[in-house]
Amino acid sequence: MLLTVTEMVIVGLCLLVFLILLAFFLGYMERKVAAFMELRLGPNRVGPKGTLQIIADTVKLLFKEGFTPDAADKFLFNLAPGIIITTALLAVAPIAYARGFQIWDINIGVLYISSVSSMAVIGILMAGWSSSNKYSLIGAMRCGAQIVSYELSIGLSLISIVVLTGSLSLNDIVESQANGWWIFKGHIPVMIAFVIFVVASTAEINRAPFDLVEADQELTGGFNTEYAGMKFAMFLMAEYINLFVVSAVAATIFLGGWMPFHIGGMTGFNHIMDYIPSSIWFFGKTLFIIFIIMQFRWTFPRLRIDQLLNLEWKYLLPISMVNVLLVTLMAIMGWHF
Amino acid sequence: MILGEEDHINEEGEFVINMGPQHPSTHGVLRLKVWLDGETIKKVEPHLGYIHRSIEKMSESLSYRQYGYLTSRMDYLSAHMNNLACALVVEKALQIQVPERAQAIRVIICELARISSHILWFASAGLDLGGVTPFFYAFRDREAINNIMEETCGARLTMNYMVPGGVIADVPSNFQARVKEVLKQFKDNYHEYDEILMGNVIFQNRMMDVGVLTKEDAIALGCTGPVARASGVSCDIRKLYPYDGYEKLQFDEVILTGGDSWARCQVRMAEMLQSVHIIEQLIDNIPEGDIVAKTKNVIKLPKGEFYQRVETARGELGVYIVSDGASTPYRCKYRSPNFANLSAIPHISKGHKIGDLIAIMATIDLIIPDIDR
Repeated sequence: MLLTVTEMVIVGLCLLVFLILLAFFLGYMERKVAAFMELRLGPNRVGPKGTLQIIADTVKLLFKEGFTPDAADKFLFNLAPGIIITTALLAVAPIAYARGFQIWDINIGVLYISSVSSMAVIGILMAGWSSSNKYSLIGAMRCGAQIVSYELSIGLSLISIVVLTGSLSLNDIVESQANGWWIFKGHIPVMIAFVIFVVASTAEINRAPFDLVEADQELTGGFNTEYAGMKFAMFLMAEYINLFVVSAVAATIFLGGWMPFHIGGMTGFNHIMDYIPSSIWFFGKTLFIIFIIMQFRWTFPRLRIDQLLNLEWKYLLPISMVNVLLVTLMAIMGWHF
Repeated sequence: MILGEEDHINEEGEFVINMGPQHPSTHGVLRLKVWLDGETIKKVEPHLGYIHRSIEKMSESLSYRQYGYLTSRMDYLSAHMNNLACALVVEKALQIQVPERAQAIRVIICELARISSHILWFASAGLDLGGVTPFFYAFRDREAINNIMEETCGARLTMNYMVPGGVIADVPSNFQARVKEVLKQFKDNYHEYDEILMGNVIFQNRMMDVGVLTKEDAIALGCTGPVARASGVSCDIRKLYPYDGYEKLQFDEVILTGGDSWARCQVRMAEMLQSVHIIEQLIDNIPEGDIVAKTKNVIKLPKGEFYQRVETARGELGVYIVSDGASTPYRCKYRSPNFANLSAIPHISKGHKIGDLIAIMATIDLIIPDIDR
């Protein structure tokens, strides 16, 4: 069924509004999680329980001067935030939010998400290079090395589930978990793949402890040092949308997406679980993973650049390569449930 | 031997960045000119003078009761120890016998200040390495100590309590109870410092084998305090040249031989416990008596030169006074620990990454106003 152009625009706008609200919510959540972990209260003045604080901050950013440095490459400097936010928004399209609710049921969903989200590196490199700031440049170069490296592990851990499912479509992957989520069905290799996916995607979206691209304390903000106002807000929003995307993908691939908690063979129990709406399952799982990734940020200090690359090339990549072999063996022999 | 070694850096075509004077990790207006090869540091050159206030010159026009107050603005985290040095040099020149009660109070306050300072080091070390949470954990205990400081001397920063002959005022009546409360809180929380930062494998990997300062270099560069003790140099003034009754107290000088950033971290963590140990010996045994010895209204030092050193939280602070017999110093010179410790940075950060330079600066624990004075 082909959508008309009007319908497409309406759906697109709805999605955009949803994502902006989501970014607001994640911003609020992050500050509350941070406050909870740091023995303080967090935002509590603007609105009930500080919920409107993030709106106030956005308004402040809107009214700030959109400053462009004199020595900057003005075209690329202004283009970079657009590219970063576009790649973040594109990756949202094929995610299955609830039973039968998917904006774009593309048959290569996994491949699409991993290829689109890897384009973000272009935007960051562009931002760092065009700022004509040495700190930005170092941040951008770090970003190139970091994202390109960690994509390998992400790809390999996604492949392990694709091998088990036999499909690249996110919908098929969710359907295949009707008798149990992959993290339970796939024994230890899938758990390893899950852990590697969460660690590598934290690095992929440049969040602490892998936030070497920004590294406030070393590079005074890295690639976004020279950005202010709405352009900076776009980086911030892209970060939260990326956080949502990787958590949603992890929830979909490993934790069954919108699929309720099912145990193969127990029909009665499965019916009770079906009573909880599928969207709640999806968002519950996604928020759980977001919560874990947020805890990383407020627990760990930052790695050094060589330690970061060592972690990927010496540990995560070899482990995931062996892991993919194990999963493949498991899929061929039918050892999984 | 590292001193005297020349760096051959071609100014043309080098990638040079200025870290500071406005940079989040220099903890003040220190400017480090850094020559880079990619991420690797080829040379570091500190540029000073951004916060020079000519404290030494100003001291020449202040009386011996007044000049010490300026030192609270040097190493503001060791304000009490700085004041103490100024008071001690006057007492030494006039051979004033300080009452035992005043001595005990001085030691307790100084050790509390040392704990507070090391806690702030822990907080900022975590912050410099990208971990924000340790900062808030540390400030919980620092706040408690600051409250005691506020009750005793009326200030939370730029504190002044030591005067020639003793202390400025008696401690409040609930002082002992409050200090014991704070010590208990600190000891209960101490394991959390290990859990949140010191025991973290990322933190340890960031610190180990980074910025190794050999014993010879530490001596040659004049490093003191925890920086030198981490390199195996015995330099605790409280042990070597005791003042104010430190010779009667039981405590260990923490000396490690690693010389790297991790050793410096461990020395400070252990020193906090030693300070707690010192306070515990004194807090129940504060003698009764005067809090300040009788001095003349206008203090005049005899003609001559006087030198007194104390162990601040960052190392050896020396006060050198030249007197011509008048009521103000003829010349006043401070040997500040941070100035000497700073000179270690260019030598130990060569060949490391940018992130390591931040880690090294964090563990050297610089206070910039003390470098410039």
